[in-house]
Amino acid sequence: MEGLIAYLISFAIFSAIWAIFALGLNVHWGYTGIFNFGVAGFFAVGAYTSAILTTEPAAGGTYQHYIAGYSLPFVVGLAAAALASGALAILIGIPTLRLREDYLAIATIGVAETLRRVAMNEDWLVNGTRGMIGIPAPLFDLVDPKDYNRLYLVIALVVLAIVYVAIERGIRSPWGRVLRAIREDETTAAASGKSVTAFRMQSFVFGAMIMGIGGAMYAHYIRAVSPDTFEPLFGTFIIWAMLIVGGSGNNKGAIVGAFVVWGIWTGTGEMAQRMPGFFEVRVHYFRLLFVGLLIVGALLLRPQGILPEERRVSLFVGRKEKAEAREAKPPGQSTVDPRDEDG
Amino acid sequence: MAELVARAGKARTLLTTLVMLRRERPDLFDAATGIGLWVLFGAFLIFAVITDLQLVVVGIILGSIVALGAIGLTLVYGIMKFANFAHGDMMMCGAYLAFFAFISGGSIGPLSFGYGMILAILVAMISVGVGSVVIDRLVYHPLRQRGSGVVVFAIASLGLAITFRALILLWWGPQPQIYVTGIHPAWDLPFGVKIKPDQIFIIATTLFLIAAVYVLLFRTRIGKAMRAMSDNLELARVSGINPDQVIMWTWLIGGSLAAVAGVLLGIQSQLTPDMGFSLLLPLFAATILGGIGSPHGALTGAMVVSIAQQVSTSWIDPGYKVAVAFILLILMLAVRPRGLFGMKT
Amino acid sequence: MTMLEAREVVSGYGEVEILHGVSIKVEEEQIVTIIGPNGAGKSTLLKTVFGLLPCRRGRVLFGGEDVTGQSPQTMVRKGMCYVPQSENVFPTLTVQENLEMGAFIRRDNYRPKMEEVLALFPDVMERRHTRAGKLSGGQRQMLALARALMLEPRVLLLDEPSASLAPNMVELVFAKISDIRRSGVAIVMVEQNARESLKLSNRGYVLAMGENRLEGTGESLLDSEEVGRLYLGG
Repeated sequence: MEGLIAYLISFAIFSAIWAIFALGLNVHWGYTGIFNFGVAGFFAVGAYTSAILTTEPAAGGTYQHYIAGYSLPFVVGLAAAALASGALAILIGIPTLRLREDYLAIATIGVAETLRRVAMNEDWLVNGTRGMIGIPAPLFDLVDPKDYNRLYLVIALVVLAIVYVAIERGIRSPWGRVLRAIREDETTAAASGKSVTAFRMQSFVFGAMIMGIGGAMYAHYIRAVSPDTFEPLFGTFIIWAMLIVGGSGNNKGAIVGAFVVWGIWTGTGEMAQRMPGFFEVRVHYFRLLFVGLLIVGALLLRPQGILPEERRVSLFVGRKEKAEAREAKPPGQSTVDPRDEDG
Repeated sequence: MAELVARAGKARTLLTTLVMLRRERPDLFDAATGIGLWVLFGAFLIFAVITDLQLVVVGIILGSIVALGAIGLTLVYGIMKFANFAHGDMMMCGAYLAFFAFISGGSIGPLSFGYGMILAILVAMISVGVGSVVIDRLVYHPLRQRGSGVVVFAIASLGLAITFRALILLWWGPQPQIYVTGIHPAWDLPFGVKIKPDQIFIIATTLFLIAAVYVLLFRTRIGKAMRAMSDNLELARVSGINPDQVIMWTWLIGGSLAAVAGVLLGIQSQLTPDMGFSLLLPLFAATILGGIGSPHGALTGAMVVSIAQQVSTSWIDPGYKVAVAFILLILMLAVRPRGLFGMKT
Repeated sequence: MTMLEAREVVSGYGEVEILHGVSIKVEEEQIVTIIGPNGAGKSTLLKTVFGLLPCRRGRVLFGGEDVTGQSPQTMVRKGMCYVPQSENVFPTLTVQENLEMGAFIRRDNYRPKMEEVLALFPDVMERRHTRAGKLSGGQRQMLALARALMLEPRVLLLDEPSASLAPNMVELVFAKISDIRRSGVAIVMVEQNARESLKLSNRGYVLAMGENRLEGTGESLLDSEEVGRLYLGG
């Protein structure tokens, strides 16, 4: 029983952290249509930023080198993680946000991979492939170490709740309405006098900051980070699977998706341990297969996800009509507004 | 110090001039970037040849492999309009399928492998080509019917990429595989260039296949229809061209080229389940550098990116080769998003 | 004999209905021009007839056969060709390849037809190995017409063939359209250039707000006071 509870707490903490990422991605993709394939990059920046600021100075010698090491409080680390991740978004956004949506995806994959290479190769920066250890757990002295995970679950849930409320308020504000208008049709939004690129940039930075917070939450839970954590497969694509399965454009959906996909991911691991050797050795690959098929299957069978977007036609229905109208337009006029029909 | 400040000042004036030019005279800017980039790439190539010919040769070998992948990628991108994130993993599948079909033994002349490799390449080409068509019917066709946006296609391709990788991992596991073990000595050529017979095979195969693709695209009815559809889908439809037929051929060609590229990469180094994904950035960099939809562009882009990646290793850690491709990609997107050969939009 | 007929056609984009029941009729070897203010639904009508947009209500009859809701490819096979207003050539293909694409569905030898079509457009013929993207606006329009003729259509739908052309080019394009009609092809065109197009038309239709407003012979519309006031500039 004890073991089960510990397992469930750990599961809930992880799910809450993934849910923060899924919410950040929902700001990008679900609400603005920004195609970010580099979640792992923001994840890494958030995790490492908080790690170098909150951890003790590096011991040096052969095995430990990293910059900063200021032993700052957890909250400072969290805030700095958000800021650093937001700053990265500005840097990527300037050359790419005004271009075709899929160029951003390629660029963000590139950024994530480049950052991972930097973390691996520059030993002085964040201790290279060995990674960083000894990242402090917030409020560790407050409770008995064996109950600490319960406290961290509370912290994770509080952060998740704050992020959730911030996004909900954001998207229900006039600002959020403009974002959705941009997602549905950039031309019309631009025509109504909104600076599309500026709004996209704001949303890109906002979502990235949330991902930075997620990264910091991860670092302080595991208390160690290394470049392996930010493999594109794990750092980016599982988050996409969570958002698509949960329902993009719906914050509750993003959270549900995180819990469901993580539940299946860890659940299959548990199951495999009770299976014949063939499965046990290959459980990771089966899970990978599962994530891949889940993404494809969800897009084909339930594109709206578990919880469809609220109060409006689903993202995909809207896109479908747009695409149909586009089909019917003379080529080249790819963004379609029925009102500009020239006939 | 003063000199440095003066230089920075000059650089800033140059940058502002360029930004002004882009805003005021986009046509001139376009022409200037077009010529400027060619001059830049030409100068870089001459510089690279002088500094380290061997790295350029390795760049050309890897560039051949990237070119085969990028031509398929650019055709799919031009005709179906979406970024196929599974293209690298299609290459990887080709490499492993050839590994499965490869009967070792014997050797053709100085090569490390015999006719079994030719057969294995054909098996890989056919299975990845036909497999791509089947996957199009199962996944992309329903999405097209539904009128999904290009981004949905890209996400689906990502899901497929993960699926392919998982299947290969389940069968072969993560440890590297190799077609033919043993030491294969390189030939010494003039100017201190070393090249292995297998690497000559890689370049020759690529030249042959690219010639075949050009004949197909510029001499056959279906090839011209592919170019037409890449130019203007809507006009292709109103002309009576059957998009489904063109799409089928595109996957068949793109898939089989990817398979060969994968096998050649396996011959050049070894087979690992992430070999394709790690080539994804160079593939996209080559495609965008050359201009989406343009086979000449993919070829040029592949050579520029691969040679730059190799030559960069004389100054920076080889671990940053991916970053070199990425920086070229970002620079191109910032200066000239349509690429060297791409159409004006 | 009636070549092409649209009966009470209703169509639009997405949730927006643009045509609320429009009817037109085209007899053999006639030129029919459709004019009307922006947003009247002229282009929408052509696209719906050609099957590029779904026909929500009403019928499209082609040579007496009901072809409502058929795909553009079927229309092309049945002998109807369509020339979009802009981007109506394949820019990276040569002139000759553009014509080959026009003949894509022909399995017979289309070479004689290509020479015949090229002979009709001497300007374009001179540049048959040039990429279409390098042609002038007028030449592109000629090539677009030539491409559509490769299948020897019975009806040609033209969406604003004179749009954004220099005045002397407009004249040339209209002259070519008359030539095409004389070779036995019925033509339906949407035009902004009402005066010039009505002059060579057998019939004209005026659309407004997605409905039929006026119709008559080309001359009668040219003489009509309302058309004169609204579309001919006095």
